[in-house]
Amino acid sequence: MSQVLHNDAIVKPPGILARLQASAGRTIRKLAEEPLGMAGFLILAMLVVVAVFAPLISPYGPNVQMLSDALKPPSLAHLAGTDEFGRDIVSRLVWGTRITIQTVLSVSVIVGPVGLIIGVVAGFFGGRTDAILMRATDIVLSFPSLILALAFAAALGAGLNTAIIAISLTAWPPIARLARAESLVVRNADYVAAARLYGASPVRILLLYIAPMCIPSVIVRLTLNMAGIILTAASLGFLGLGAQPPSPEWGAMISSGRKFMLDYWWVAVMPGIAILLTSLAFNIVGDTLRDLLDPRHARS
Amino acid sequence: MPDRNPSTILSVCDLNVRFGKNSIAAVSNVSFDLGRERIGIVGESGSGKSTTGRAIMRLLAPSAHISAERLDLDGSPLLEKTERQMGALRGKDMALIMQDPRYSLNPVLNIGRQVAEAARLHLGSSRKQALDETRAMLRRVRINDADRVMKLYPHQISGGMGQRVMIAMMLLSKPKLVIADEPTSALDVSVRKDVLILLDELVRENNSGLILISHDIRMVAAFCERILVMYAGRVVETLTRLDEAEHAYTRGLIAALPDPRNPVRRLQVLDRRTLETTPEATE
Amino acid sequence: MIKVDKLDVVYGTGRARNHAVRGVSFSVAKGETLGIVGESGCGKSTVLRSLAGIEQGWTGSVEFNGTPIGKLRSRDELKLSQMVFQDPYGSLHPRHRIGTALAEPIRSMGLGDGWSKVPQALKQVGLPEDFANRFPHELSGGQRQRVAIARALILSPPILLLDEPTSALDVSIQAEILNLLDDQRDERGLTFVLVSHDLSVIAHMCDRVLVMQNGVFLDEMTKADLRAGTTHAAYSQELFEANFL
Repeated sequence: MSQVLHNDAIVKPPGILARLQASAGRTIRKLAEEPLGMAGFLILAMLVVVAVFAPLISPYGPNVQMLSDALKPPSLAHLAGTDEFGRDIVSRLVWGTRITIQTVLSVSVIVGPVGLIIGVVAGFFGGRTDAILMRATDIVLSFPSLILALAFAAALGAGLNTAIIAISLTAWPPIARLARAESLVVRNADYVAAARLYGASPVRILLLYIAPMCIPSVIVRLTLNMAGIILTAASLGFLGLGAQPPSPEWGAMISSGRKFMLDYWWVAVMPGIAILLTSLAFNIVGDTLRDLLDPRHARS
Repeated sequence: MPDRNPSTILSVCDLNVRFGKNSIAAVSNVSFDLGRERIGIVGESGSGKSTTGRAIMRLLAPSAHISAERLDLDGSPLLEKTERQMGALRGKDMALIMQDPRYSLNPVLNIGRQVAEAARLHLGSSRKQALDETRAMLRRVRINDADRVMKLYPHQISGGMGQRVMIAMMLLSKPKLVIADEPTSALDVSVRKDVLILLDELVRENNSGLILISHDIRMVAAFCERILVMYAGRVVETLTRLDEAEHAYTRGLIAALPDPRNPVRRLQVLDRRTLETTPEATE
Repeated sequence: MIKVDKLDVVYGTGRARNHAVRGVSFSVAKGETLGIVGESGCGKSTVLRSLAGIEQGWTGSVEFNGTPIGKLRSRDELKLSQMVFQDPYGSLHPRHRIGTALAEPIRSMGLGDGWSKVPQALKQVGLPEDFANRFPHELSGGQRQRVAIARALILSPPILLLDEPTSALDVSIQAEILNLLDDQRDERGLTFVLVSHDLSVIAHMCDRVLVMQNGVFLDEMTKADLRAGTTHAAYSQELFEANFL
């Protein structure tokens, strides 16, 4: 038994930054043992770097037209070839990363907290609150997201922000259901009963006790959903409802490349590969995160 | 090492179990011979008692490294067998009765089918024969309305009855070696004795050997002829009666038990530091 | 200190109706330790949880120190009794550090920041101060139970309700925890209600024991009765014999 040391540093909890650092450190150490997961994370990291440093990385501007060089196959000068307007496809892909990252981040930032709160409130309070919230969730879940997005585009006008809102509106129900399922289990735990015994208010219990237990599953689910979100955004772009031309959105690029598929395959296939790699990376990362963040690991 | 007695069912010499990259062995140099008798392995959590039982059955995770100078079932070495050969032995010549029937019985099959499955697999019975054998075995474990119980599912029966079903299933083929890993810990106090008596009867009837693994030293002392006390993976003492205890750990364990017939003001607490340095007794 | 009259708890309706506690009455004097022993499903945990306020579907009357206690409790009423749960692995939030877990009762009650009380609380249950920064999964079962006890005592309640506090622990750790509970009880003059299926633990800790079966109390034994093995009902005799093979 140690002597009583009157030093606040021992007793006060480490600040949020220190805590995040510690848990990040633990996670990275566990990650080192999963090569596939590492690969996925690296791809995503590269994507972020490319998005941030797009102006420095892209060899040409995204909208610079060189009509004399239109529809040239991949070569040293244009690693992915050029499109019908003579724009370098690599540059367009690089600038398009920004749009992809923006879409994915915005949707997650909206859908994550909204789904979490709705699910956790429904699961914890049960009864009529649960019934009402879940029926609302069911109703939204039954909407096909693409159709809703079309409706929105018609109402609000096509554009990236409309696409983001449309996707978010239909992406939250699975998160809500997941959070609800987790909170149904957690609310029966002894530590929640103990919290009630020392007078914790329902809001306190929700935010400090129940929500933290649901967050890992939500993060994993969000990551796994991202592949779907990218594809939906690409579909919207394909239909002309996402980012508008001349924005180098990958889906829109496939759409315009459709006409030249047979003779000039690279115009449509290159953005397709980009979407494939990104979705794959998100799927791998989601799977890996599930192994890393599973609370059962933490409990042992 | 004693001579190989022809009636020795299980012979274990220097059994070691290590998990993965851990440098500390879960089970370390455990040796004993089991004849047609009942021995108990007693220890607290982490002592290695359950790991020993499962190592004998070779039911540990692939990351476990089992090594022994000798691990023979009726003269036949177990460590050399393939998984397939072990599969043929398990349930037929060696049986494991686990702690909680809620988790060890298949929740989606009714009792009749589960027990009959054991009969069909290990006795080669036909469907009808297996059902008859099941009925007979259930009555043998004192479940009188066997026909009704055979149609029930595990969640519909009590813990005590579930454990008796487990015993029926495992002892149907009259195995030579029965390992019971905390068979009564999940049961109510009043049914524990009945289950143990039943197990005892069946083991004697079949002339088998029983290894009873438990944390309850008093219960083991009441039922077993020999008691092996394990601590930190090693057997620290072998006893036939509780009052023979000499090793510091065994004595500490017995003294830490509250006994209403000898009430004490404060319970004696194990001094673990001396345990690390106390030499182990061998017999 | 505790007075319970005709406590009744019924779960479910129709065919799934379970009359868990059937109108039991008992009282506990100040500083006394009352034990309730019985097998699983007899209703002993339900009685304890009703006293604690976790179980809110009870009828009857409950008084702590003369004050009638209702189903929904005010902060002052909650401060009168705290509970130690059976499972040391489930009673601490896996993502809260020990220090946070100990400070929570004080913060939830709005009594301040709580951190100042943490070192003393750890010391009283025999844990080193730097455990405040650890997570529950870094502690052993016995250490977690000590933290649970420290947490229950941090609001200084006069009554402690214990639900099989050592059932999940090894015998040697059980001895340490029972000694700790003994010490705290003597130091603070606490009133205990201890529920267990283990008659030896009950006999060691309690002044008086109520034997419960199917929602009713069948027998009452004093410490002397337990020592001599004197029972007044067939069921308690059965329990007695079953506990000591």
